[in-house]
Amino acid sequence: VPRSRVLNCKTSCLSDFTICLSTATTRISVAPYLCQHLILSYFYIFAHTSEDTQQQIIRETFHLVSKRDENVCNFLEGGLLIGGSDNKLIYRHYATLYFVFCVDSSESELGILDLIQVFVETLDKCFENVCELDLIFHVDKVHNILAEMVMGGMVLETNMNEIVTQIDAQNKLEKSEAGLAGAPARAVSAVKNMNLPEIPRNINIGDISIKVPNLPSFK
Amino acid sequence: MALKMVKGSIDRMFDKNLQDLVRGIRNHKEDEAKYISQCIDEIKQELKQDNIAVKANAVCKLTYLQMLGYDISWAAFNIIEVMSASKFTFKRIGYLAASQCFHEGTDVIMLTTNQIRKDLSSPSQYDTGVALTGLSCFVTPDLARDLANDIMTLMSHTKPYIRKKAVLIMYKVFLKYPESLRPAFPRLKEKLEDPDPGVQSAAVNVICELARRNPKNYLSLAPLFFKLMTSSTNNWVLIKIIKLFGALTPLEPRLGKKLIEPLTNLIHSTSAMSLLYECVNTVIAVLISLSSGMPNHSASIQLCVQKLRILIEDSDQNLKYLGLLAMSKILRTHPKSVQAHKDLVLQCLDDKDESIRLRALDLLYGMVSKKNLMEIVKKLMTHVDKAEGTTYRDELLTKIIDICSQSNYQHITNFEWYISILVELTRLEGTRHGHLIAAQMLDVAIRVKAIRRFAVAQMSALLDSAHLVASSPQRSGICEVLYAAAWICGEFSEHLQEPQQTLEAMLRPKVTTLPGHIQAVYVQNVVKLYAAILQQKEQAADVSAAQEVTQLLVERLPQFVQSADLEVQERASCILQLVKHVQKLQAKDVPVAEEVSALFAGELNPVAPKAQKKVPVPEGLDLDAWINEPLSDSESEDEKPKAMFQDEEQRHAKPRAPEADEQELARRREARRQEQANNPFYIKSSPSPQKRYQDAPGVEHIPVVQIDLSVPLKVPAGMPLSDQYVKLEEERRHRQRLEKDKRKKKKRERERRGTRRHSSLHTESDEDIAPAQRVDIVTEEMPENALPSDEDDKDPNDPYRALDIDLDKPLADSEKLPVQKHRNAETSKSPEKEDVPLMEKKSKKPKKKEKKHKEKEREKKKKVEKGEDLDFWLSTTPPAATPAPEELEVNTTVTVLKTGQEEPRGEEQDADEDREQDLEKKPSKHKKKKHKKDKEERPKDKRKSKKKVPPTDEEAAEPVENGTLDEEPLPPMSSYTLLAENSYIKMTYDVQGSLQKDSQVTVSVVLENQSDSFLKSMELNVLDSLNARLARPEGSSVHDGVPVPFQLPPGISNEAQFVFTIQSIVMAQKLKGTLSFIAKNDEGSTHEKLDFKLHFTCTSYLVTTPCYSDAFAKLLESGDLSMSSIKVDGISMSFHNLLAKICFHHRFSVVERVDSCASMYSRSIQGHHVCLLVKKGEKSVSVDGKCSDPTLLSNLLEEMKETLATC
Repeated sequence: VPRSRVLNCKTSCLSDFTICLSTATTRISVAPYLCQHLILSYFYIFAHTSEDTQQQIIRETFHLVSKRDENVCNFLEGGLLIGGSDNKLIYRHYATLYFVFCVDSSESELGILDLIQVFVETLDKCFENVCELDLIFHVDKVHNILAEMVMGGMVLETNMNEIVTQIDAQNKLEKSEAGLAGAPARAVSAVKNMNLPEIPRNINIGDISIKVPNLPSFK
Repeated sequence: MALKMVKGSIDRMFDKNLQDLVRGIRNHKEDEAKYISQCIDEIKQELKQDNIAVKANAVCKLTYLQMLGYDISWAAFNIIEVMSASKFTFKRIGYLAASQCFHEGTDVIMLTTNQIRKDLSSPSQYDTGVALTGLSCFVTPDLARDLANDIMTLMSHTKPYIRKKAVLIMYKVFLKYPESLRPAFPRLKEKLEDPDPGVQSAAVNVICELARRNPKNYLSLAPLFFKLMTSSTNNWVLIKIIKLFGALTPLEPRLGKKLIEPLTNLIHSTSAMSLLYECVNTVIAVLISLSSGMPNHSASIQLCVQKLRILIEDSDQNLKYLGLLAMSKILRTHPKSVQAHKDLVLQCLDDKDESIRLRALDLLYGMVSKKNLMEIVKKLMTHVDKAEGTTYRDELLTKIIDICSQSNYQHITNFEWYISILVELTRLEGTRHGHLIAAQMLDVAIRVKAIRRFAVAQMSALLDSAHLVASSPQRSGICEVLYAAAWICGEFSEHLQEPQQTLEAMLRPKVTTLPGHIQAVYVQNVVKLYAAILQQKEQAADVSAAQEVTQLLVERLPQFVQSADLEVQERASCILQLVKHVQKLQAKDVPVAEEVSALFAGELNPVAPKAQKKVPVPEGLDLDAWINEPLSDSESEDEKPKAMFQDEEQRHAKPRAPEADEQELARRREARRQEQANNPFYIKSSPSPQKRYQDAPGVEHIPVVQIDLSVPLKVPAGMPLSDQYVKLEEERRHRQRLEKDKRKKKKRERERRGTRRHSSLHTESDEDIAPAQRVDIVTEEMPENALPSDEDDKDPNDPYRALDIDLDKPLADSEKLPVQKHRNAETSKSPEKEDVPLMEKKSKKPKKKEKKHKEKEREKKKKVEKGEDLDFWLSTTPPAATPAPEELEVNTTVTVLKTGQEEPRGEEQDADEDREQDLEKKPSKHKKKKHKKDKEERPKDKRKSKKKVPPTDEEAAEPVENGTLDEEPLPPMSSYTLLAENSYIKMTYDVQGSLQKDSQVTVSVVLENQSDSFLKSMELNVLDSLNARLARPEGSSVHDGVPVPFQLPPGISNEAQFVFTIQSIVMAQKLKGTLSFIAKNDEGSTHEKLDFKLHFTCTSYLVTTPCYSDAFAKLLESGDLSMSSIKVDGISMSFHNLLAKICFHHRFSVVERVDSCASMYSRSIQGHHVCLLVKKGEKSVSVDGKCSDPTLLSNLLEEMKETLATC
């Protein structure tokens, strides 16, 4: 079945800083319908927003971001849904993935673009050459990585090496806890994964040309 | 055992895990909802199992489903179970789920407190880390209060990984529990200089976030941040600090001066665009703050504008966007420097990126002038035509209106052009901004008298054209324009060319499809038109025509009478009757025109929107005073509702001003007329024809309508009207210029012939363009003696307002984070500790005021010192940047100090003199050293002075209030009441509960030795009741007493505390008890006893708890509180004191106070909410209470009644 996957990591809102990622999958050959499939969304919001509002925000954001051209700026002025004019959507587009952060005016716009870059590079390191399916099937791991970078809506760590070190240490801890019982589970999961349709490893971060010219790395 | 585990795990292998779930959902595209509901059923089964691994797996899947929009709050308890698993793997899953779905309304969240505390103190840093991360998302006020101290401890953890998370989460804690800010701030400040860059960056992050909301409290940190800025190499930290400075500079212009140089250096040196951009931004903020005082910063402005131009011209759209954004900030204060780049901005208007176009539009606002307004608007109009999507088109529309109407239509030279632009805009289908256009039309027509004739002509054409009415009103907001059109045609009907035609247009059947409020305006203005036509016809003595018009109205009005809209119906039926009456009169040949016109006599003048608010209250008028004394409050209870109703009526009655006699009135009127005649700014009404008949002779009228005939009223058709105006305008200007040149030439010739002193260069500046019409923009009327103050009320619901806390004030002892202790009683029993406050307490009555005063002074002093540190730092700028005025300022302070030398303020003076010298001679190293020494010495002094006046218990005992009550001095109050007394000893006591322990209260008993004997072996015993029991040392029986842990020498008093366990707190109760002791004097020793009755009032179970008004309102709305009320008469105390008394004695806090009404809140140790509404009448006070327990409430109110009775 020929598929074209449009994976969009996208969105969120919080009066402080928000992230959420979503994906849309279009299977053109089977039936011409579009369905949105979320990879990861995360809301750091003070006032609780209901699941319905969250979904609405995600849909709206997806709608806004996905219709934008290639060569336009990466900022979108906030609509009412994401908390008014103080908030902005800042996104980056990698192959089929959109990473969208929603931030307020206390964050530097270019700084957030860099943060997204750090996030993607970290994903690349942690998943060893990341592809969209890694993100789809391992949302929990993506969450864990994000948690080391952003905490309660505020930037926690921007140094990639530091993040990777902490994630590795946590993985080790996890493995040691699984111990004897973990081995057969891993084996089964490996078998299950063999059934996966050919995994297209189509987003190679190394190949992606980044549009922002020589941004300094925040190290 | 091991086999069982393996077997269990093999079973589990075939449970669905997260990957299976994701795969399943992707494979069930067609029936996703069904598949997911199946999965949720499975998950529910899994959650019922005991195996924690199965549960964790289920919660992990739920987290994913939550992301897809499914509500998982039903699993909150299971999530907590997984959170408390011992394995990190599971714990992390639990905390992740909690962070996604817990919020303040989740009731089980209070079960997590102890679990989180345990995790925070876990030996594994990842357990702690994951708890902090989770908590940061779902922290509630309760959690914040209970865990603040634990988190603060973690800020000094040995591992930087924990430290940085703990520092960062403090911001969330401050937000939820503002009381923690002051105690935690010193440590937070320390972390700014943490060796680990991550921790440092987190601390900068938190402080910047705090300072952004309340910058003034963080001004004293400026030197520290300045140091960080010049030393740090971390761009994240730099950006944050630079942004923070941007927020601080408006408060302290000197800071800006100090910053300019390092920032300019950074701009020149950095290669990081993000840093460059933030620097430019902050320099702009500095320049804005300096704009009034400093003349010579044009170099900096130029630098900024240049750099921004580079950004805007960059091919990268992001930089272009940001460049425009920053440019719009400069525009506000330095429009000239931006206007030079008009070309660039106009170019950006054509950009294909909407975000950029919007930014460019913002800039346009400041770029227009009289000269280019028409040209720019023309360009925008073409964009309007091309624009796809209503959002951008609407944005354009509002911008066009903004640009044209800014500063009172300053840039419009030709209002006919503007009206035609507005009319062209009405062709936009589906815009949401019809009302904006309408408002503009009304505004221009009312305020620019010269334009009325033209406006009326255009509006009648609008009314006549079908397209506006035809478009469906639901879809299009543009029909709002008809509202304005109808009103203008009606009100200024004297200018109508063909009133009859317009009248018919307004009475068409289609009009009834318009929204109700527009129809209502139609109906009203039809009558205005009718009046005008009648007048016209009667003057022409055309009786039959007049009757025809009446007939037309009688025929057409019924269609409005049938309207579903009440307003339309009411107006129409009223007017229909009127017209029928007129018809009768006409049949008898009675002239009616004048009387009908009288309905609409007079002119409507524009009034400023704030005018009403600004009418000053005349001297001697007390709006709160009774006009009629209320009836005495002696009515019996059942008459009460009636009495309240009367109150209401009295309040509505109008104040009757004392009647001035006729002569006085006449005199005043004359005086006002004189004043108005002499005041060039007073706008006199010009008589309209409608009004003429009633004009009294002698009222001056100044005709304003004067139309410049260089612009024809009717323009040839063909191209859009506004374009023709542009052309005409160009011609007109050209002509004007020629004329002017001619005049100038003549002048010059004259000059040449004369002295020949100057020859002026001709440039066409804005001022040269004379407006086409004699524009008289009527300013809005304001009441005479309006108060000029323009108070912008702050939003009372701002969540950050609670964090507006002075951080420079020294910490009081009472300000501590709540710490969970196992037994309060032991620690607080130590006599040394209790000694000091006790002495204070005894002597506090007379001294209280004095002490408060002293304290205030001390605070002031501290502030001065602080300020001085900052001043010193700020004043050590390179001499070039220190302007003369400042030196002056310093000098004056010094002289003030010198003349007021009798005040012992030595150390301050030293510092001042130091500074003075520093300023006079340039700061030499030697001086600096000296100053440093000074500084080092000062803290010691501070400490000393602190010891001298130790913060007393009073502070703690005083009610915590949201609203400040310290407007007037409060009478001294003590919460201690007499327990028992004999010749040996006097006992007073107070009962305090604590929110941490829901069934315990602490009774503090002050024992005062009144005899010459030495009292020892004191023992207190109480006869326990079923409901209340004294907590005795372990192993003792119910009949044993509790020893008092001290002895009392003659004349000494001390305090002992006893803990009681209470079952039910809804009723007051008394416990009988005995104090036994041995009294020893020179003659020997005797065994003595003193019986007492310990009274536990319901009040003693309350704990003063602050409450915010929004939370308070929510509580009241929730509806699960029962209500009761009391009323007490004969109150003479002021309301302020009364509230203070309730706060103090009944442990309430004021939520909100409005005049003589206040809402108050308190909470019992068992968590009952108690809300009060206290209202003060003339001599009575009524208290309405709401509480989750009716018995508790009625008992509390009874107690309060007693207190109030003594007021």
